[in-house]
Amino acid sequence: MDTQASTRMIERPDSAQVWSWLAAVPDPEIPVISIVDLGIVRDVVWHADECVVTITPTYSGCPAMTVIADAISQALHERGIERVRLQTQLSPAWTTDWMSEDGKRKLHAYGIAPPAEQVIDISGLRSDAAAASAISRKRPLLVVVCPHCGSSHTRVTSQFGSTPCKALYRCDDCLEPFDYFKCH
Amino acid sequence: MANDKFTKDKFASDKFDYLLRLGDTALVLSQQLSKWCGKGPALEEDMALTNVALDLIGQARMWLSYAAEIEGAGRDEDQLAFLRDAHQFRNFLLVEQPNGSYADTLMRQFLFDSWHYFQLQALLQSSDQRIAEIAEKSLKEVTYHLRRSGDLVVRLGDGTELSRSKVQAAANALWPYTGEMFNADALDDAITATGIAPDPGTLRAAWLAHLAEIFAEATLTMPAPDAWMQKGGKQGVHTEHLGYLLAEMQFLQRAYPGAQW
Repeated sequence: MDTQASTRMIERPDSAQVWSWLAAVPDPEIPVISIVDLGIVRDVVWHADECVVTITPTYSGCPAMTVIADAISQALHERGIERVRLQTQLSPAWTTDWMSEDGKRKLHAYGIAPPAEQVIDISGLRSDAAAASAISRKRPLLVVVCPHCGSSHTRVTSQFGSTPCKALYRCDDCLEPFDYFKCH
Repeated sequence: MANDKFTKDKFASDKFDYLLRLGDTALVLSQQLSKWCGKGPALEEDMALTNVALDLIGQARMWLSYAAEIEGAGRDEDQLAFLRDAHQFRNFLLVEQPNGSYADTLMRQFLFDSWHYFQLQALLQSSDQRIAEIAEKSLKEVTYHLRRSGDLVVRLGDGTELSRSKVQAAANALWPYTGEMFNADALDDAITATGIAPDPGTLRAAWLAHLAEIFAEATLTMPAPDAWMQKGGKQGVHTEHLGYLLAEMQFLQRAYPGAQW
């Protein structure tokens, strides 16, 4: 008899413990930050002996979501949780507001400028005027600080970078190109 | 009782058909854009186009998965994408138009993104919660698509004589394909009546206003809003381009049925 396994079943780790384990699962594309830092994990609950983890996609076409789901299952299986179920939640839609302050610091140190702009306010977009101003060319440009030298003399090269969640920028002072994690 | 069942079936089949319009449009445009992969005029443009294609394929999956659930016939998103023929596709004619030059691709994108943005914004109010949730997710992505395509239309229009003439020609050639985004048919009327989606005609004013702002800054002439318009994509009557696109996109599943990665 596998007594160890049955002991584990009795001592079901609490949600806080599960959260701390998930905080050690790195994002597959930006491994310096974890999936918890990114705000992908929305909820952890137990249904009897099944651990249900709710995750939300960053972008609807994000190819990393499958890898993330596998990494979560694997991490929890390794800690002795036998039954793990993942469920995806679309609403409220993921926002960079859910990124932790610690996560933003880690991004900066890694050479990626963290989200700077106010997120797009979906509720405000319901009026025609607000919707039009969000896409108008007269909207104020956001200031993105260069993660290499700290200068704010930067310009956008492309709205899309190495992944859909990033834009390409260039610093006019140190002349280095860098990725900017877009506000979402 | 029989009448109730008929109404319920009609409701589900209307919703399925409407979801195909949304899903197929995103899918076909994604497929078109991905043809630029490795061929973009600059590395940044190459990456941007394929990123937009990626967002659109993600959105197509959400719409088509939901369509398959509503249909309840045991099909999934992949079967809907890979095992239907051209006359069963319900995408707009605009998105199946060829990539052409970079000006053609970007004008097609701009005309579509502008509609897409206002459409998703209206779908936030959908009486169907799942549709509202998918729209909420997609709208954030499409806001970036539209900012980018608008910026580039301005750059090309207010650029060199050559770039201006190409992007103007693209606008003139694509214009007749924009009508069906706003002209309601019987399905649109039925869907509007249930509160699932807005009357497509109500999106037109905001669309025209945004186009007017961008065309003016790009020094381009906007084609006449009341020009003669093509129709048929939403009902499954397509231009010849869709057949070629599907032949390529569906090749693997047609040649090796059920093949998986």
